[in-house]
Amino acid sequence: MTVQQHSFSTRPDSKRIDACFARLQAEGRKGLIPYVTAGDPHPDVTVPLMHAMVEAGADIIELGIPFSDPVADGPVIELAHQRAVSQGVTLADVLVMVTEFRKKDNVTPVALMGYLNPVEIMGYDEFATRAAVAGVDALLTVDVPPEDADFLVEPMRKAGLEAIFLVSPNTADERITGITRVAGGYIYYVSIKGITGAGGLDTDAVSRRVAHVKSMTPLPVCVGFGIRDGESAAALSKTADAVIVGTALVQELASHEKPADAIAAVAAKVADMRTAMDR
Amino acid sequence: MSVDNRGTAPEAYHQPDERGFFGDFGGRFIPETLMPAIQELTEAFETFIKDPEFMEEFDRDLAHFVGRPSPLYHAERWSRELGGAQIYLKREDLNHTGAHKINHAVGQILLAKRMGKKRIIAETGAGQHGVATATVAARLGLECVVYMGAKDVERQAANVYRMKLLGATVVPVENGSRTLKDAINATLRDWVSNVDDTFYLLGTVCGPHPFPKMVRTFQSVVGREARRQIVEMTGRLPDALVACVGGGCNAIGLFTPFIDDKDVKLYGVEAGGEGVESGKHAARFSDGRKGVLQGNRTFIMCDDAGQITESHSVSAGLDYPGVGPEHAWLHEIGRAEYPYATDVEALQAFHDLTRLEGIIPALESSHALAYATKLAPTMGPDQSIIVNLSGRGDKDMHTVAAIDGITL
Repeated sequence: MTVQQHSFSTRPDSKRIDACFARLQAEGRKGLIPYVTAGDPHPDVTVPLMHAMVEAGADIIELGIPFSDPVADGPVIELAHQRAVSQGVTLADVLVMVTEFRKKDNVTPVALMGYLNPVEIMGYDEFATRAAVAGVDALLTVDVPPEDADFLVEPMRKAGLEAIFLVSPNTADERITGITRVAGGYIYYVSIKGITGAGGLDTDAVSRRVAHVKSMTPLPVCVGFGIRDGESAAALSKTADAVIVGTALVQELASHEKPADAIAAVAAKVADMRTAMDR
Repeated sequence: MSVDNRGTAPEAYHQPDERGFFGDFGGRFIPETLMPAIQELTEAFETFIKDPEFMEEFDRDLAHFVGRPSPLYHAERWSRELGGAQIYLKREDLNHTGAHKINHAVGQILLAKRMGKKRIIAETGAGQHGVATATVAARLGLECVVYMGAKDVERQAANVYRMKLLGATVVPVENGSRTLKDAINATLRDWVSNVDDTFYLLGTVCGPHPFPKMVRTFQSVVGREARRQIVEMTGRLPDALVACVGGGCNAIGLFTPFIDDKDVKLYGVEAGGEGVESGKHAARFSDGRKGVLQGNRTFIMCDDAGQITESHSVSAGLDYPGVGPEHAWLHEIGRAEYPYATDVEALQAFHDLTRLEGIIPALESSHALAYATKLAPTMGPDQSIIVNLSGRGDKDMHTVAAIDGITL
């Protein structure tokens, strides 16, 4: 399969996400992006977990902002949101976690992922300012269509943050063009028409779509939804610039009593995928 | 006053815009996977409402299947008792399936049919919308899945059984508060997962554009009829309209043809539950704030971190932490007022209307009646109020009996 290759530049003032993809490209590797919901299973676990995932081979971390009504998520990640919300973990707490993470890691990009309401309630200018100070690199809100996103994207740009947007299997080309116009950081390609954690991933079909999306944007294209193991991660990373894995990791987090065991299990899973992708 | 030129609404109010915004409210706050479906639906809706054949079929179904027009009934005895304005009841309780919900269900299913969709999904609170959806799906032979909060399944058992009789699959939703909000989440997840062949037949003026506009369009038959009827009966427009507001589609349906008649006061009555100070209520305008929930920006109940908080009401149909975005807009521009009635007040009105007029109202509609009991005495006997009696109370027998300490 031929894929148009853009080269991701590293400028001296380069943002962490740009720098990350430039580095990956220089090394001839593909990115691995784990997702966990902040505060799940316990607020104290998140920062050590982030470090452990980086240690195990994660290139970028997507950190979920806990929300009471995560409509785009399947039952596994929905429960993660519930565990975090029930312990009172807020967007402000998530920013504190990122601040804490940055004390030891000023290189790995952190993208927040979530739903609009917590950001709306904090206020867009205030969020952008506080997130930038905390060391956040980007925000992906799954329920904001790019054509109506100026109210969110403008304050973020001013603060130096990227707005990440989703492209779906059923997104028409003219929409993809519109999305790439406002999107920053990377394009999150949703591999299946469904919710997070759904089954039935057809890696060949996804690869063809990813190649098509890549031909339409200079941004890196990352694939998420339905990636569970080293095999699917390796298969998709042949075309995509990075793979995103969430449900499989959140499931691990939920199935261990002790925080240390949960962290170790997730790190092992990340390491497995890293190995499979680099093979 | 001339009757002829007032029985039809003037047309000056143009909301929402083409992206579904009423000012800052409304919009399409949904995942990307749903955007193509929303665009397809918007296009189909805008096309068919301009298609005379489609609208004739809709009107025909409203007349012969739903039983429209519904009467406007002068509640003389109750009005006399309250000692003030004359109260007229718009009898949506007399529709087929017992509530106003059938109006938009009939409209949306015709649209689904024209769009070639084979599978219908819906959420329901009190079960009235679920029953209406199951009814129209049965009539057209379409597969129907209704999501209903597990708590509502318990308190509305009769409606659950009706839906099953009609051939629908009822899925109890155990998540969150186990009520309408969670049923909507479950329906949205189904839609994201089955977006190609599935039509989401949404039950109120909430959700992403075009639902608030589409449901309003199909429900505004209520206000058009009421306007014509009150002018025929009294020779003039009413002084006030009162309707309960959960999502708010019966209220929008009644209000819409009167929006430009500034002398007609509009009151949307929310569920005060156990009282706003108790925190156990669904009075979004009294104790909520601007936020984004389930596809639109509106007034919602949430905490300082943006987490949606649980609503409470004796009536399942009003037990929802959000409200239709057009109501948020009408509130912001001061066109409508949004008071609330508590559980106790609604139950009192429920009993009063039953005893004085021989009409057993739904608990949802009883909130509108409760507010009318406060409003009427402040007005003169030559003035009039239209209350939307949006549904009948048969479904609430178990709830009311239990409150009265009786097991049926």
